[in-house]
Amino acid sequence: MLNEIQKRILQEVADLANVPESGAVNIRSNGKKAFRRNTDNIIIESKSDKDGIDIHIKPFTKKENVHIPVVVTETDRHDVVYNDFFIGEGAEVKIVAGCGIHNCGDCDSSHDGIHTFHVGRNAKVTYVEKHYGEGEGTGKKILNPQTVLYLEEGASVTLETVQIKGVDDTKRYTKAVLGENAELVVQEKLLTHGEQYAESEMDVFLNGKDARTRVVSRSVAQDKSVQLFYPRVEGNAACFGHVACDAIIMGEAKVRAIPEITCNHVDAGLVHEAAIGKIAGEQILKLMTLGLTAEEAEEKILEGFLR
Amino acid sequence: MLQLKDLTLTVEGENGPHNILNDVSLTVEDKKFIVITGPNGGGKTTLAKVIMGLATPTAGQILWNGEDVTDLDIAQRAKKGISYGFQQPPRFKGMKVRDLLQIAAGRKLNHAEACSYLTKVGLCARDYVDRDVDTSLSGGEVKRIEIATVLAKDADLMIFDEPEAGIDLWSFAKLTETFRELHDRQEKTIIIISHQERIIKLADEIVLIAGGQIQHKGPAGDMYDKIMAQVVAGCNKLV
Ligand SMILES: Nc1ncnc2c1ncn2[C@@H]1O[C@H](COP(=O)(O)OP(=O)(O)OP(=O)(O)O)[C@@H](O)[C@H]1O
Ligand SMILES: [Mg+2]
Repeated sequence: MLNEIQKRILQEVADLANVPESGAVNIRSNGKKAFRRNTDNIIIESKSDKDGIDIHIKPFTKKENVHIPVVVTETDRHDVVYNDFFIGEGAEVKIVAGCGIHNCGDCDSSHDGIHTFHVGRNAKVTYVEKHYGEGEGTGKKILNPQTVLYLEEGASVTLETVQIKGVDDTKRYTKAVLGENAELVVQEKLLTHGEQYAESEMDVFLNGKDARTRVVSRSVAQDKSVQLFYPRVEGNAACFGHVACDAIIMGEAKVRAIPEITCNHVDAGLVHEAAIGKIAGEQILKLMTLGLTAEEAEEKILEGFLR
Repeated sequence: MLQLKDLTLTVEGENGPHNILNDVSLTVEDKKFIVITGPNGGGKTTLAKVIMGLATPTAGQILWNGEDVTDLDIAQRAKKGISYGFQQPPRFKGMKVRDLLQIAAGRKLNHAEACSYLTKVGLCARDYVDRDVDTSLSGGEVKRIEIATVLAKDADLMIFDEPEAGIDLWSFAKLTETFRELHDRQEKTIIIISHQERIIKLADEIVLIAGGQIQHKGPAGDMYDKIMAQVVAGCNKLV
């Protein structure tokens, strides 16, 4: 059903050697449904009005996984997909999305995934999204993900986004609206190299009492790549928010981080930190005293930083 | 055997050239345990860095086991069995204590092995192996992890730069015990830079460095009393 290239991409973006044995699955390949499996608690349906799927997770579903990887292996393919998640009260699920592009041609290929999450009361969701690109052609591999999250009272979402290799151009937008006592943790990891461009913009609205968010962005910009971060958090109730952008810059890369925090309530406590700098020379020297070459030391430091 | 021959390190100061190290020659026999002491700014750390390859001498030679290593880089010297624990160790965002110990040991370490190195420096290992070596660790903790990496590397020559600095009384007792064991086992060549009487007294030989020069060296017993007498007299040169 899947060829070798598709399987390898699946491995990169979803840690899947093949179709997973359990849990709900929807694999999309070159704009078409390649495989789908529902479970008793998780129902995936194709949308009728536009491209994409609705994923319904029943209330109080416990410890189930949903895999919805996307694979693009054709050049000049421009995919736009709308995926809507309806997560019932008290459900606990891990959702692994991710998109891999293999572009051997000379035309650009792109995938724009627009994901909307309606997270019910006290539901707990871990959402992992990995992006990966490969292929020798001159065509660009472009990914523009949008993630929109609505968290009801007591809901908790951990959003992990990873883009380590091969994506030439990416514009990420994340928006989250948090109700009372809801919690959002965002862990963003990004590595750009060559002439790649990556942009990540985020709006988090802490609207409910005791809503909390922690945004941690770690990135490495190598060669001539360019990164832009624009995380914004708005506190509209007694709430807490912490945004930390941390970037390692190398070669002739450029990184710009513009965190913005807005308090509209006297009991809103928001903090931001942003740091951009090269690898500390002392770190490389220390690892060299342990027997690593300068290159190996650099690799170890980046590996740890992005883990 | 470690042989330092006429090592000089000159920097350009405000008032012209200045020798941080001035014609330092020293031979350390295999499996000996020596302590280098002396006033702040005397050149101890610089000498250690020159041996490790972290600083480049303006003149002179470093021989290790008869081989001239003066032109080798840090990693090459490390592979030949030279190691150094920093006076002020760096921190690493995202690197775990266990990662650092594994890099030092050059292999995967199981939980018990990783813990054993931490126990030797007085850290309750269980609480530390999976922590990041970042700013969340205290100064004394980072310092002890640094020492543990040198122990894990298990090189033939171990240089420790003020291992006692910033370390509490309890951990210091454990650390002294570890150094005493290293001394008694006589398997490694140990150079410790220290200002601490209890460490100085472990030494087979004490080397006093001040003003970029070796002012004196000799067996621990009589040297320590001589140094103290000079300190009391308000002078850091032994005559
Ligand atoms: N790169 C450098 N450029 C100029 N001066 C330096 C440099 N490195 C060290 N020095 C100076 O050389 C002298 C010796 O420094 P060193 O760190 O070796 O002293 P030390 O004996 O280890 O002192 P301490 O006991 O305080 O650790 C000091 O006066 C220091 O300021
Ligand atoms: Mg020093």
